[in-house]
Amino acid sequence: MTSAPRDREIAVVAFAQTAHRRTSEELSEVEMLMPVLHEVLDRTGLKTADIDFTCSGSSDYLAGRAFSFTLALDGVGAWPPISESHVEMDGAWALYEAWTKLLTGDADTALVYAYGKSSPGSVRDVLTRQLDPYYVAPLWPDSVALAALQTQALIDTGDTDEPALAAVAARNREAASANPHAQLKGTVPHGEYLVRPLRTGDCPPIGDGAAAVILAAGDRARDLCARPAWIRGIDHRIEAHGLGVRDLTDSPSTRLAAERAGAFERPVDTAELHAPFTAQEIVLRTALRLGDDVHVNPSGGVLAANPIMAAGLIRVGEAAARIHRGESDRALAHATSGPCLQQNLVAVLEGEPR
Amino acid sequence: MPEVLKAPLVVEFPFTRSLGPVQSAFLTGLREGVVLGVRTGDGRTLVPPVEYDPVTAEEIRDLVEVAPTGTVTTWAWNHAPRRGQPLTTPFAWVLVRLDGADTALLHALDAPGPDAVHTGMRVRVRWATDRTGAITDIACFEPYDGDPPQPSGHTGEFEDPVTGIVAAARLDYTYSPGRAQTAYINALAGRRTVGERCPSCRKVYVPPRGACPTCGVATSEQVEVGPRGTVTTFCIVNIKAAHTANLDIEVPYVYAHIALDGAGLALHGRIGGIPYDEVRMGLRVEPVWTEGARYPDHYRPTGEPDADYDTYKELL
Repeated sequence: MTSAPRDREIAVVAFAQTAHRRTSEELSEVEMLMPVLHEVLDRTGLKTADIDFTCSGSSDYLAGRAFSFTLALDGVGAWPPISESHVEMDGAWALYEAWTKLLTGDADTALVYAYGKSSPGSVRDVLTRQLDPYYVAPLWPDSVALAALQTQALIDTGDTDEPALAAVAARNREAASANPHAQLKGTVPHGEYLVRPLRTGDCPPIGDGAAAVILAAGDRARDLCARPAWIRGIDHRIEAHGLGVRDLTDSPSTRLAAERAGAFERPVDTAELHAPFTAQEIVLRTALRLGDDVHVNPSGGVLAANPIMAAGLIRVGEAAARIHRGESDRALAHATSGPCLQQNLVAVLEGEPR
Repeated sequence: MPEVLKAPLVVEFPFTRSLGPVQSAFLTGLREGVVLGVRTGDGRTLVPPVEYDPVTAEEIRDLVEVAPTGTVTTWAWNHAPRRGQPLTTPFAWVLVRLDGADTALLHALDAPGPDAVHTGMRVRVRWATDRTGAITDIACFEPYDGDPPQPSGHTGEFEDPVTGIVAAARLDYTYSPGRAQTAYINALAGRRTVGERCPSCRKVYVPPRGACPTCGVATSEQVEVGPRGTVTTFCIVNIKAAHTANLDIEVPYVYAHIALDGAGLALHGRIGGIPYDEVRMGLRVEPVWTEGARYPDHYRPTGEPDADYDTYKELL
């Protein structure tokens, strides 16, 4: 099942996030996360005891802190024992799990949160550990290098060039000027090559941050939020792990997830794309058939703030928040995982007519 | 706020991984200077070869030799090689479709500079001198203008196949414990144990982690506890510690939960200065510090009368 049945509608009713920063060394994970949990609960007036299901996404490899996700639970207030789950994935996938839980009718409300502290480690190297351990990881190809291979492939097809990539970066960081949570905004030089053809400006900032959303079903959602962001469909798809098996200039998994989520049934007015590298936004725009009239990444996207493990959930939260504020009627949120857009999640959110 | 504590942290592990039949043949082939692919049901040849067709999930075992020469399908110039990467001098990352293969292999290309690299260029394998049966048996690729050599038609059968690899992983961090634990560790340096009180349930957490796990709210009011405390429960350890820091500890010894006076939960520590079989619930203890230590070495009896069960039963 990939789109919610009519009799069980589920919505994002609240969203909160940290100000994303290069380092949060003065805070442990739970110290960084807790204000966001309190903020998202305050928005709905809910207490921990009112939450039927809690699901989170994070990775201990980022900060090198074993079992940090259990320590993070301290911020939830998990006593008496709560119904809880964790995914070692971006929080967008935790949201997917919570959505399925609400669909079953076992829960009416869910708290979804995600956090990432990239500052203690070297994130380019940390991400090599998610690669095929037999043929790829022993070569330590870092995340920027793999994205650079994808970018060169896209340049070779004639679908982009360096000025076009610079324009993607500039547009996102310009949009981020209005986002108080963004880390890198305004005029940012395209910079020197990091791994050619990628320049520093084509790459996301490295930073720490957290985010949380609350989901609710049916009338509960209407009680908690003046204009709920209804999840009309959500789906995720993954491609082969072998980089040389894939066509890196296309994203068939995004296209299929979007199709299954109902994204192509009617145009969206807004899209929040999880594209850590400039060329990936171009690949995604094509796969998602986004026209020039679609407002892409009004938040500035992950080129402006990239707290890994939370960045995808933030796309859903930003899209939902625009619906809450009446700035969008139908928005698409996308999250990615793995190298070169290997795995992709697409959600379609709608507000009721005003 | 005082400066947060930071320390280098290295996480290192030699992952021992067993190989499936196709992976084993491929990596053994590299050891022997032969590149093998695997044929799919629809006639494509995958290099590097996998055990299952990435499209159909069909089990595939039909090995076929391909040439050590091929064509670059995409590349990226890496002017600053990082630890563990194939070359220590600037190189190009490349995906190479070997002659006879339908998919591309990721590796490094040794070239003088980015101007010498382009998509479509011809390259060949440069073999490592010492080969063990690993992807790094290919040292890298190098530019090559000649014709592809004729494959010998190797079947993928080897006398002494590799069955596993050891993949060393190392990640370096600068660890910071955050605000609450920094305060706790700084206080310990002065031989004081300082917990934090929950503003909601009033419980004092030692060591503090910055949040009350029951109420889900921040703790911030610092409360000095101890130094004396009560053994709430304990066990007798009969196995010698493996860690080098603990080799001097004779077995059997007692490891106990100790509720420091004023603390809302017990911490744990070793009990010394008393025969192991005389330790009991309710025993009153105090910390024993050694010179230069950042935490108590162990706890010993104070000589006070035992605590009443009712005074610590909620802390068990």
